[in-house]
Amino acid sequence: MIKLIGILIIVVGFVLKLDTIAVVVGAGLITGLVSGMSWNDIVTILGKAFVENRYMTIFIVSLPAIGLLERYGLRERAAYLISRIRSATAGRITSLYLVIRTISAVFSVRLGGHVQFIRPLILPMSMGAAENRYGQLEKKDEEKIKGLNAASDNYANFFGQNGFVAAGGVLLIVGVLKELKITVEAVDIATASLPMAGIILVVGTAQFLLNDRRLAKKYQIRQNEKKE
Amino acid sequence: MLKNTLTEILYVLVGLVCLYSTVKIVRSKDHPSRWPTALFWFILFIVFTFSRVGMIWGDAKVKISDTVIGYLVIILAVLSALKLVKIGKFSESTIEFKKESAMKIGNKIFIPALSLGVVAFIVAQVWAKQLGTLIALGAAALVASILALAFTRGKVSDMVEDGSRLLEMIGPVSILPQVLAALGSVFAAAGVGKLIASGMSHVIPQGNILAGVIVYCSGMALFTMIMGNAFAAFAVITAGIGLPFVIAQGGNPVIVSALGLTAGYCGTLMTPMAANFNIVPTAILEIEDKRWGVIKNQVPVALVMLALHMVLMYLWAF
Repeated sequence: MIKLIGILIIVVGFVLKLDTIAVVVGAGLITGLVSGMSWNDIVTILGKAFVENRYMTIFIVSLPAIGLLERYGLRERAAYLISRIRSATAGRITSLYLVIRTISAVFSVRLGGHVQFIRPLILPMSMGAAENRYGQLEKKDEEKIKGLNAASDNYANFFGQNGFVAAGGVLLIVGVLKELKITVEAVDIATASLPMAGIILVVGTAQFLLNDRRLAKKYQIRQNEKKE
Repeated sequence: MLKNTLTEILYVLVGLVCLYSTVKIVRSKDHPSRWPTALFWFILFIVFTFSRVGMIWGDAKVKISDTVIGYLVIILAVLSALKLVKIGKFSESTIEFKKESAMKIGNKIFIPALSLGVVAFIVAQVWAKQLGTLIALGAAALVASILALAFTRGKVSDMVEDGSRLLEMIGPVSILPQVLAALGSVFAAAGVGKLIASGMSHVIPQGNILAGVIVYCSGMALFTMIMGNAFAAFAVITAGIGLPFVIAQGGNPVIVSALGLTAGYCGTLMTPMAANFNIVPTAILEIEDKRWGVIKNQVPVALVMLALHMVLMYLWAF
């Protein structure tokens, strides 16, 4: 049971809002120690995993291009463009992105990402559409639109990717079941993953459009009050 | 061979962005936390550039030992814990300049932005086997940088400055995914997963299909939340719960396992442990609530999706 202490440290650390990186490294060191691993082994595992997972931080190479484009008004242009489409709302833009991103994930097209798409394009468009309709938004509502934008990429990525035959998740399933002496075909796993890709489109879109309605109600009332 | 070389060169580039930040911080005398912040980015430069530097010319033996890297990671954690890593000042263009140049450049400004995704896609499709997705990303970043310089007529020095500005803004959070992956490795080596799976299997009544489905799906979500990674959860929970309590009772293994993994993803949506999806974006999108800003929006959807997974598995797999 004592091995579970790492999980306890993580939970307590998050609740007390301690520094996340320190909590995570601390949890790893202590879990290793109470499980009887040597200090040297733990540090080595830590270092090895850190190096082998450098790919997770590879998005850094695309930051200079995005930074320069932002300096020259990329986000302003995106907002301007969307402000000319009268029917555009934050929710509709986010939903459209969800659909495109999910379908492209099913075809293993990595046409998405918080760095590549949301920050430079989708977010300024969503914000532009909302401000075009309701004027200056409250901080709270801006945060909400940003949060939903970030969520849309995750929804599409998670529930779309396994629709592709050679997706990492599909190959993992085939491999794990093989270890358990069950033979399945990758293509069948991918097919069985498709219903959820469809369902997330409905559930996600519902969430984004509900937020549109909430915003419309809130700011419409405000505009009416101003008129009176 | 070529793939390894190019991938390693890509890491060197990432390291160089970190090095630029380091040099700039050392030079700025009014930085609020000059030396510790510089040390933080300098360590990352070392780790990214040199940890497997021999791979560039195919000699895997030329590298920094994992133990040394481990100690460096601990130093990063200490710097982060003491809140010594801070953001300095940057030269950013004014709103007026941005609006003006947005009008001047026009819609052409989208070409480099879109090329990030499109070039990555094309390279990944054409040379998937030889190069893999990482190189595709790197190639796309290179093409986008050149196009961005061409269309904006901006300076290279501005571009590097902007890159390191975004990086420092994201700050220590940028390495959180790697640190969490390292934690997952320690958990796996210590056998934490097996312990949880065996604990959970005690609560399922034998012969009840519905109970098996509910515990398998929620076990996947819960364990993914703890590990921050559905892949790690899948092997453990499927062997410990999915096989004996769902598949062995007559569930179609294809449907059960496919839904099992995505049930895990419902957990990914709800945990700060999945930092690259839930925490790093708060920094990228400048959301104020760094911990729950993304997650709190995802929780209702994740719970609905999890319930639907149970319903679908129960109705479809049997």
